Amino acid sequence: MGYASIDKLTTRAEKNPLEIAAAKENGQKVFGFYCLYSPVEIALAAGGITVGLCGTRNDPIPAAEKTLPRNLCPLIKSSFGFAVEDSCPYFKAADLIVADSTCDGKKKMFEQMAEMKPLHLMYLPHNQELDVTGPFWEGEVIRFKERVEQECGIEITDEMLSDAIKLTNREAAALKGLMDLNRQNPAPVSGMKMMEIVFKSGFFASKEESVECLEAIVEEIGNAPKEETKQGPRVIISGVPMGLGSHKVCQLIEEAGGVVVAFENCTGYKKTMQVATDKAPITALAEKYLATPCSIMSPNPGRIELLETMINDFSADAVVDLTWQACHTYNVEAENIRRFVQGDKNMPYLHIETDYSDADTEQLRVRIEAFLEMIG
Amino acid sequence: MNTLSETIDHSNPDTSSGKIMHLFAGLDIGSTATKAAIVDGSGKEVVAVAERATGWAPKEAANGTLEDALAQLDISGALISRTVATGYGRKMADADKQVTEISCHALGAKHLVPETMTVLDIGGQDSKMIALDDDGGVRDFLMNDKCAAGTGRFISNMATALGIGLDEFGLFAAKGTPVPISSMCAVFAESEVIGLTASGASREDLAAGIVVSIAKRLTSLAGRISFTPAIAFTGGTARNAELAQCFSEALGVELTAPPLAPFAGAIGAALIASK
Repeated sequence: MGYASIDKLTTRAEKNPLEIAAAKENGQKVFGFYCLYSPVEIALAAGGITVGLCGTRNDPIPAAEKTLPRNLCPLIKSSFGFAVEDSCPYFKAADLIVADSTCDGKKKMFEQMAEMKPLHLMYLPHNQELDVTGPFWEGEVIRFKERVEQECGIEITDEMLSDAIKLTNREAAALKGLMDLNRQNPAPVSGMKMMEIVFKSGFFASKEESVECLEAIVEEIGNAPKEETKQGPRVIISGVPMGLGSHKVCQLIEEAGGVVVAFENCTGYKKTMQVATDKAPITALAEKYLATPCSIMSPNPGRIELLETMINDFSADAVVDLTWQACHTYNVEAENIRRFVQGDKNMPYLHIETDYSDADTEQLRVRIEAFLEMIG
Repeated sequence: MNTLSETIDHSNPDTSSGKIMHLFAGLDIGSTATKAAIVDGSGKEVVAVAERATGWAPKEAANGTLEDALAQLDISGALISRTVATGYGRKMADADKQVTEISCHALGAKHLVPETMTVLDIGGQDSKMIALDDDGGVRDFLMNDKCAAGTGRFISNMATALGIGLDEFGLFAAKGTPVPISSMCAVFAESEVIGLTASGASREDLAAGIVVSIAKRLTSLAGRISFTPAIAFTGGTARNAELAQCFSEALGVELTAPPLAPFAGAIGAALIASK
């Protein structure tokens, strides 16, 4: 079933590169982001444009493998390949690349990427509980603020930050509203469609506009008459980030008759977290971002907590845990997730390790179909 | 090719009354071999099995294998009411339904060895381990599907490297003392085996070493699924009694390889068709 609001987002998204170019002409600075740990609010507060950078497609990987090792995660190779080939319009437009020292592969790749573009690396601690990590990370958030101030030639006040936080909290609420539509049974939005909407909302010149598009989608689908179709098993995808070009596992699940009702990953439900508004903006930002439950954290109890909430809220029947090849942190953490899902929740669990290529599509299809047959 | 079908009583379908028989067929179109199984209308008895090489044309192989199976039944007017296809070529066959080999092997193994709790299947291009629940449903499964290590293809490559036939491999392995082979990769293991041959290792010891290396690979795969007895050993590899015995010893568990083990997937598919 088609929705006018989704078509509008798609049509609007096509104009992004042109609008970003026009905004640059007018002196606006463009900040490119790779990871959910980077506080976009700081760049927004300075009047900057914040865009996601490409890294979800297989085709630039051979270009990356000229300098990066082959047995590296496809997300890192894809991101780097887009940069080397200069084929990502947002990378091209960016005045500053914002990066985080999340995993080993990424931080070492960023050393090479920094030779191509101005790049600011935020040093992310890999623990969320120790007394030293919070203040250290807040220091990194301040250091990033100073870099943005220097880039834009302005001073960022708390008021400016609060306004930016208001906007991103609105965005997070809209995304949550969108994703929570699928708590219904039957789920009104397929996993593939959900991924497409969220993905396309990430490259707008104006965040205000992308948020409006998202809010319109939530309203339209929320008010649409409920369809009484019978759907297959309700699957939550957990694990690594996904996007258009790295969507094969989601597609295979839905082709096999399952419904991906939610994504417990940083391109899904982890985007719905709010920044606190009752404390100093910098502190609130530091706390919100450090709390992101990615597998690079040790320990990472937040992921299990989030998954448990989602399993209940979305009435899930099964969890598929996706790991990109050579992503050590998610690959190792898969065992914790398996124990939690199969043991504590007594729920079917399937771990898939793959890359962006189509080479294993048919093998994956067998496994996914068998998994869904098992759920019955 | 159809020697295994000798274990089946083809006279089972009762045609004495001259009425048209309703039969159900399962086709397991594997990467190496295509298997067909026919069960009777009650869905309780396997009345015919047949096998052909899959080759380049899975659809033709499927049709031909089914004809071979039907030809064994000395009844005219036998009717296949429903066909279920499984195996990697399942979507290419003329079938009423496609079901994955995981579900089919589980059902087929349970039919052949009723007390089965775990299925070990070493197929042509993948190996799988299936844990069953008390009712015979699939509880969990693991597949080695990304490389040839631990698959029938690996054994076949190694047999070629040693210059022995695939059907003799088990005999050689049974006589040898395992030589440690460290490479899990089919390509590197082949180089290693050639190197060891050059340094004077006997083919028997190498074959035994290869079995142990595959068993190690399967054991690590099995880490997340326990080998709960009874363990049904299915797939083409299971037809070789010596090889099955070698695997049993190397894995340290008792494997039950029923005579129709290579047809477990096809039988499971036929049973699904009968339901």
